[in-house]
Amino acid sequence: MAETHKELLVRSIFKRNPIALLVLGICSALAVTGQMSTALVMSICVTLVTAFSSLTISIVRFQIPNTVRIGIQIMVIATLVIIVDQVLKAFYYELSKQLSIFVGLIITNCIVMGRAEGYAMSNPPIPSFIDGIGNGLGYGFILMTIAFVRELFGSGSIFGVEILKLVTNDGWYVPNGMLVLPASAFFLIALLIWVIRTVDPEQQETN
Amino acid sequence: MADEHPLKPFYSVLVLAFACSTLVAAAAVGLRPLQEANRSLDQKKNILAAAGIYQENVSVADQFEDIEIRIIELDSGTFVDPGKIDPATFNQRTAAVSDDSGRELDRSSDIAGIRRQEKYSLVYLVKDSGKINQIVLPVRGKGLWSTLYAYVAVDADLTTVRGVAFYEHGETPGLGGEIANPRWQKGWQDKKLFSPEGDWRFSVVKSGSQSSPEEAAYRVDGLSGATLTTKGVDNLMQFWFGKHGFQPFFEEVKKQGGFNG
Repeated sequence: MAETHKELLVRSIFKRNPIALLVLGICSALAVTGQMSTALVMSICVTLVTAFSSLTISIVRFQIPNTVRIGIQIMVIATLVIIVDQVLKAFYYELSKQLSIFVGLIITNCIVMGRAEGYAMSNPPIPSFIDGIGNGLGYGFILMTIAFVRELFGSGSIFGVEILKLVTNDGWYVPNGMLVLPASAFFLIALLIWVIRTVDPEQQETN
Repeated sequence: MADEHPLKPFYSVLVLAFACSTLVAAAAVGLRPLQEANRSLDQKKNILAAAGIYQENVSVADQFEDIEIRIIELDSGTFVDPGKIDPATFNQRTAAVSDDSGRELDRSSDIAGIRRQEKYSLVYLVKDSGKINQIVLPVRGKGLWSTLYAYVAVDADLTTVRGVAFYEHGETPGLGGEIANPRWQKGWQDKKLFSPEGDWRFSVVKSGSQSSPEEAAYRVDGLSGATLTTKGVDNLMQFWFGKHGFQPFFEEVKKQGGFNG
């Protein structure tokens, strides 16, 4: 584990992407990628929560009794998520209404838990923090890519700004209804994983 | 790890639980004023949206200038003097649970599934150059998972729906949650609540049901895939515009020859 901080940060975006390689955090990737703005907020929230939960857990890792470590991790994560939720409600009310239950569901996002258990428990605080940010960015990268495709072709807009003029607004573009539905993200994630593993064959699993 | 003291898990969890709960409590208490302000702003926006007069780039306070907020006694349907209960501070939700200003509903009359109802309700009188043009009424009722909260805007003729805004619910996103979709809410405009004889005719029906043009004036298409939420909406409308809801108020207004009579 002689990785520099920069490597730690970058490797999770492409080489060890939590969604594409580890296939974690799929559930929320389906739910919030209908629009780019919600995907962006979700990515930021997950990045913050992952980074700070990894940091906290790494600091107290020698204090955590082995028998109850999962419970303690969940408790730390849940606390952070509630704080994020409260802050959103106080300062970004509209967004918090759109994200509604999904902020609460960060608690069950496998990436946060996975990094806490898989990395922070056995590494010092600073690398854990950077690893958390890296994974959050990797998650965000996939989310934004999917949200870009879904919003552009599903609603004809990017960040709510109309790019392709819709038929309903006297334009020419007939929106693809399937892309508005969460299930379409499955196809897009699958395609993305395929592309990433073709570009970087090292990620392919051997049977 | 082998020589861990058997009590260690207990006290480390206790310490952590204490630290975490302090943090959460601090965040919840510290941010509450901001959240309350947001909520009341959002509520006002929804009232304006229900009335169909919300403008994006004008401040909500300015837009609210044409709206008079009054309190009515639901039982008698009469206006309550603002000196007795101040509309600015009256909280309808807490009123329902207190013994003074709320009452328990018996099962047979509680079709909206709200259990307790307040004795007083806020009404928002929307004015256009001095004349009351429509009124916005707060309603609520049980959907599938949660209580649905909405504002219904009714024309001064007391039967034409001018708009609706469901602003708080916990229904399944994408199915019952679609009640918050402005596109669906648009379907409520110009529907009639009462028949010319004054009977309750309004209903939310299964989406796509056939109805004659005469019937269609009273019908809103329900949401597909959300039968129980739709049923809840139907029930809450029936309850709030019935004799435990705003019916006495409507009768009182009509007795006096309408709002601007």
